[in-house]
Amino acid sequence: MDAIDTVKTSYVRELLMKGEREDSRQLLEFRPIKIETGIIKNAEGSAMVDLGATRVLAGVKTDLNEPMEDTPNQGNMVVSAELLPLASASYETGPPSPEAIEFARVVDRGIRAGNCVNLESLFVEEGKAWTVYVDLYVLNFNGNLFDAGGLAAMSALLDTGVPKYEDSKVIREERPNKLKVDNIVTPTTFAKVADKIILDPTGNEEKAASARMTIALDKESVRSMQKGLGGGFYKNEVEELIDVAFNKHEELKGIMKKAQK
Amino acid sequence: MASSLNKPELIVNGKRTDGRDFDEIRPLKIVASPLKNADGSAYIEWGNNKILAAVYGPREATPRHLSDPSKAIIKCRYTMAPFSSLSEHNRTGPNRRSIEISKVIKEVFENVVMLTDFPGSQIDIFIEVLQGDGGTRAAGITAASVALASAGIHMRDLPYAVSVGRIGEHLAMDFNMIEDNYSDSDIPMAIAPRNNEILLLQMDGDMSREQMSKAMEMVIKAGEQVSTAQKDALREAYANKAGAKQ
Repeated sequence: MDAIDTVKTSYVRELLMKGEREDSRQLLEFRPIKIETGIIKNAEGSAMVDLGATRVLAGVKTDLNEPMEDTPNQGNMVVSAELLPLASASYETGPPSPEAIEFARVVDRGIRAGNCVNLESLFVEEGKAWTVYVDLYVLNFNGNLFDAGGLAAMSALLDTGVPKYEDSKVIREERPNKLKVDNIVTPTTFAKVADKIILDPTGNEEKAASARMTIALDKESVRSMQKGLGGGFYKNEVEELIDVAFNKHEELKGIMKKAQK
Repeated sequence: MASSLNKPELIVNGKRTDGRDFDEIRPLKIVASPLKNADGSAYIEWGNNKILAAVYGPREATPRHLSDPSKAIIKCRYTMAPFSSLSEHNRTGPNRRSIEISKVIKEVFENVVMLTDFPGSQIDIFIEVLQGDGGTRAAGITAASVALASAGIHMRDLPYAVSVGRIGEHLAMDFNMIEDNYSDSDIPMAIAPRNNEILLLQMDGDMSREQMSKAMEMVIKAGEQVSTAQKDALREAYANKAGAKQ
């Protein structure tokens, strides 16, 4: 951490000790969320999410592949992430960092465990099924990639149309059928700063945070969780966070649904 | 997760596939300091898992620009040997799964190691899964904890890890590979036993809020046994100086 970071993190910490945040939000309040779908016409589905100043673009491509050996009657979904150097002074070029890999895998697990994409519907014919590739492009970073990315991936999947397949040829110009999405999970990420737990941390708040917890869930069930950073949570804290995440579910789901064209 | 065609029966007559009760963990054996060159090491056999953990350091941080003049940095590398699983030959070295696991394990130890005692240095934790049968990250963390202690590295606690999960309506401890593959949820957790702080928690599947509460409770209860095995291993290594580092 350089000198400026030290100043910023101690500022954020001092504010939180008084129960305040740098952007004057409540402790358990999201920043404004803006979602726009269908912005990349060449992609089978896309969504841009602005979570405060954090901006993540999700693009979906679908390719015909051989199904996996243990699931011959199903397609597959793969989430990847790029922390682009244009998104932050601290992102560098090169192979995916552990941060990028964790980001992609946490988003992937929530959607996968929620059985959101109907994988059986991706089966085309013997030896052929669609693989749905979701790529998360971080365009501007100001904290809480996990929620911005989770919302972007989910919204892009809802926006996705599957290309036409005729006479053993994929016709990408035509997308007669929507991707079958059976469930919607919403992500909610918390950070612990100066022993206070906050929702949707900014970049500065993440730098000051000792621990992080991401919870993805649908109406009934917790679908995935990931604790991050060096600090910890107690059992009663985890229980409270699950309650808050359930309380935010409908609101987030509503924002995603409204963004669909 | 449950996706294959022939899902085996995981519970028969109220017992699990290997005859265990729901709150019962697999047999566990830890040996401290089995490796000569490493500054600290541990070998763990947990069910059919066989895992080596080694610690090098504190030593000078490389590359130099990564060093922190105020504290030590921790690096962790968790890998599975190409021959470690029953499925086809794995590629050697890290993959996306192991890179993520390495990251979350590193974060567990950043919490407990007294990093400011070793400014400018790095501490390397290497975890090699020689044979894997479900719950390798939990077993790896449990071993790495002992390896760090046997290296004489200052820690505020000796964390352990164990996983819990759900099979139908039952919550059960410490899944083996078959249970892991076909269960409804698997949740590895690492705990600092002195205050029961949760240092690692990863979950996917389908759990209600009440089931999560019960799961955390079960981990903390079963953890006593794991924690005892760690301390016994260290005691034995130091009682028998020939077994300790020479």
